[in-house]
Amino acid sequence: MIDIYYYLILSATLFSIGLAVAITKQNAILVLMGIELMLNAVNINLVAFSQYDPNHLQGQMFAIFVIVIAAAEVTIALAIALKIYDYFKNIDLKELNQLKN
Amino acid sequence: MDLEKYIQQIDWQIVRQISFYVFAAITILGAAILLFTKNVLYGAYSLLVAFLGVAGIYVFAGADFIAVTQIMVYVGGILVLLIFGIMLTRKQKTSTDNRILVGHKNRFGAFIVAIPVLTAYLWVIFNANFNILSKNTSGGASVKKIGISLMTNYVFAFEVIGILLLVALVGASYIALKEKKV
Repeated sequence: MIDIYYYLILSATLFSIGLAVAITKQNAILVLMGIELMLNAVNINLVAFSQYDPNHLQGQMFAIFVIVIAAAEVTIALAIALKIYDYFKNIDLKELNQLKN
Repeated sequence: MDLEKYIQQIDWQIVRQISFYVFAAITILGAAILLFTKNVLYGAYSLLVAFLGVAGIYVFAGADFIAVTQIMVYVGGILVLLIFGIMLTRKQKTSTDNRILVGHKNRFGAFIVAIPVLTAYLWVIFNANFNILSKNTSGGASVKKIGISLMTNYVFAFEVIGILLLVALVGASYIALKEKKV
């Protein structure tokens, strides 16, 4: 079997890339993609530790719940993004500065 | 036959290791393309590649059900939703060009946040002691175990998350409604 360190290093790298995507991108939907990457990184960790718990599989159960929460989150966020687009004709995060000043 | 002898001589541990590296490389490559591209649709499709790679990693961790769920929910559901969102929220077309380009802001901020986070995680990983974990891991399908524990230990969380998903879908369709002009 694969050593646990490989999973953890992969997960850490994926999380950092997702974080950088969420910070860098100007489009709200691309920020959502970064958040999905971070959730996937967390899931890799959970599943990797779950293989040392083959009788209860608690990590895999938690990963299922994380996936469901991610689906719910992305639907709500897309609805909000569509609403913002209706109002401002734009979802560029730099131009959505109505609350500034 | 020569072929059978050859197959019996293969060290499956090395094969497994190499294919794990391949899936990990696919995942990281997809994520990196998403990070560096300016074309939104290229980003979406590289995210698809990254999700498929993560599904392969789940298979290596003995989580077959999670891998299938990942493909069905993320690739079949979330990614399609995200691409819908990209298509529906594009700016007014300025030329005949179909590409949707998005610039990057504060790269420096991302650098000074993401690199220390990565370093901290790696430091923690290499300093932690995982030797206390037992090594007896069982192969075989996990679907039956997951089904049984969903219906016994986790039945309350299961119901709650079902209601949450229902509420989220109804709420999303309500929020995204066009307001009627009265």
